[in-house]
Amino acid sequence: MTQLTLAKALGSGLRRALADDDRVVLMGEDIGALGGVFRVTDGLQRDFGPDRVMDMPLAESGIIGMAVGLAFRGFRPVCEIQFDGFIYPAFDQIVAQVAKLHYRTGGAVRMPLTIRVPYGGGIGAVEHHSESPEAYFAHTAGLRVVTCSTPQDAHTMLRQAIACDDPVVFFEPKRRYWTKGEVDETVLDEPGRAELMDRARVVVEGTDVTIVAYGPLVATAIDAAVAASDEGLSIEVVDLRSLAPLDLDTIEASVRRTGRLVITHEAQQSGGLGAEIAASITDRCFLHLEAAPARVTGFDTPYPSARAEEHFLPDLDRILDAVDRVLGRANALTGWSPR
Amino acid sequence: MLDSTAEGLPGDELVQLLDPAGTRMEHPLYESYVADATGERLLSLYEDMVVVRRLDVEATALQRQGELGLWPPLLGQEAAQVGSARALREDDFVFPSYRENGVAYCRGVEPRDLLRVWRGTSQSGWDPYSVNMATPAIVIGAQTLHAVGYAVGCRRDGVDTAAVAYFGDGATTQGDVNEAMVFAASFAAPVVFFCQNNHWAISEPVGLQAQRPIAERAPGFGIPSVRVDGNDVLAVLAVTRRALERAHRGDGPTFIEAVTYRMGPHTTSDDPSRYVDPRQRAEWAGRDPIARVEAHLRAEGVLTEQAAARVAARADEVAAAFRAGCTSLPQPAPLSIFDHVYAEPNSALDRQRSQQAAYLRSIGEVAE
Ligand SMILES: Cc1ncc(C[n+]2csc(CCOP(=O)(O)OP(=O)(O)O)c2C)c(N)n1
Repeated sequence: MTQLTLAKALGSGLRRALADDDRVVLMGEDIGALGGVFRVTDGLQRDFGPDRVMDMPLAESGIIGMAVGLAFRGFRPVCEIQFDGFIYPAFDQIVAQVAKLHYRTGGAVRMPLTIRVPYGGGIGAVEHHSESPEAYFAHTAGLRVVTCSTPQDAHTMLRQAIACDDPVVFFEPKRRYWTKGEVDETVLDEPGRAELMDRARVVVEGTDVTIVAYGPLVATAIDAAVAASDEGLSIEVVDLRSLAPLDLDTIEASVRRTGRLVITHEAQQSGGLGAEIAASITDRCFLHLEAAPARVTGFDTPYPSARAEEHFLPDLDRILDAVDRVLGRANALTGWSPR
Repeated sequence: MLDSTAEGLPGDELVQLLDPAGTRMEHPLYESYVADATGERLLSLYEDMVVVRRLDVEATALQRQGELGLWPPLLGQEAAQVGSARALREDDFVFPSYRENGVAYCRGVEPRDLLRVWRGTSQSGWDPYSVNMATPAIVIGAQTLHAVGYAVGCRRDGVDTAAVAYFGDGATTQGDVNEAMVFAASFAAPVVFFCQNNHWAISEPVGLQAQRPIAERAPGFGIPSVRVDGNDVLAVLAVTRRALERAHRGDGPTFIEAVTYRMGPHTTSDDPSRYVDPRQRAEWAGRDPIARVEAHLRAEGVLTEQAAARVAARADEVAAAFRAGCTSLPQPAPLSIFDHVYAEPNSALDRQRSQQAAYLRSIGEVAE
């Protein structure tokens, strides 16, 4: 076991993937000498050469489109999109080509692409550098969409994504890149030791309320659970990991125990994953729910400028306010307060 | 293998009117376009470049001091920006990327407004219609299509206004930029494509984007092009004036490749020591865009001690106001994040806004 930041854990995952399978190729802007703008690919081009770690000309549609061709030829491309807001020029290739080729060819063509995307806000960045576009991709059949919240998951899930024969859009919570944690790099060496990337995980056990979070907000949800325990509340936190497919079984099991559900994500509320989870869990657990599921999300506005982002991003207090709501306690939203 | 192109290698045809030593060169075609740019007129271009460099250095310092989140320096590109911007007519409309702070200064953008986006207090620094310049496009190349659309609109409106799109060498790889060139040619749009080839797209040398000089691409799209010494303010002024003249006259698009060099990092978050060859950088330092005008103006006796002091005082004054303006930019109000999402009322968003207001009140914060 080694202590690694989440960014370094991704780097070590890429290094293992390159070493284990010579059909793996990394493609992206500035991933070579610079090591990527977040240094995730630091040293990889030096060690594996420019044919395995390719600095790509500056065009996202070109990068993904070319990766499609490489996949046709049996390679396993891992594409880095520099920032969340720059995935849109590649959107057409991803949703119209990558997602559908397996289906369209009756299973003849595999698209084992991994598309790495640093995403989310909280780093005081300029426009187009703080977006949470996961719902667009989760809405597209044929894509797997995952995100990680710990260095261990970053490492393991990235290797699983690369090994997966389906295309995976791999969202990396950029504001957690510098989070440190223990990483066991041997976890995939024996089958069955690692958890599957499409299984959600209960990270904090509790009995009163379930909070479902993913990516950057898992840490915030855990903080909320700790804060609530000071008030005698017992909160369960579920880290989704996979956004498509959703592991609704794990959420359902949790909600059956707690009877209350809060879902939180940075992305805009309308049409977001919170809506999907709320609807599905209401469907599955209607008689077990003590209150309507509550969502704590970004607002239906573009991501605001850096000095206003704290008002957009769900934080511990907004999550606790929603916890109060599902518990029927005094809260801002319903305006209800005990007499 | 990849780094042979667009280097401004000896033998490449580059329009030049002022060589790196400050010697005035003859040019049969472009001479007449800068006949007026002597004496005080040239001195004012020099002053613009000095002020722009001063603002840029000041902004970099402000970022280092934690006052700005980020800054994209234009160090080394002053002649390309000032020369092209000073060629514009007031009604011409600019579609820039994020690095055109020198162009913005010349368009009359208040220096402190240049900082709003980078300080993070608002999404855009100025009203595009107030200075005929759009706010910076961060998504690479997107603005080139906007320029073509604007230009076509000008034609439809029966005015002879032109649009100018600024972008880098890296941008020329993007589909949008290539589509913009096709469309501009298809519709004979009065647009000038102004590519600042500063040799880098972050860490990637221009050779990764182009195997031949970038200006060679445009003729394939049916657009005449010119390659100019981007560190020569006179030459840039001349070629841009000519391109604009074509556009104003209704002769359609022109592509300009201004060959220059990014002397600093890509942005203040970048680490060029990982990829820049210091010898290449040193070589370009010898072609500094300001030094050559200075040498020329001194030789002509225009840049007297008195004039130099005046320029320095002007730079000091603008820089001091710039710094003070930065720290006085107002913090956005919490609920301002809901402003301007739509032009027409939107009840769903209004509901979110009032819920957030209630929440802020519940935690004792003033919402507005
Ligand atoms: C679509 C898109 N992809 C990636 C980026 C990240 N990025 C910002 S600037 C840049 C390099 C641009 O190089 P160039 O076009 O030569 O312009 P320069 O910055 O050198 O002026 C990159 C890759 C972006 N802003 N937009």
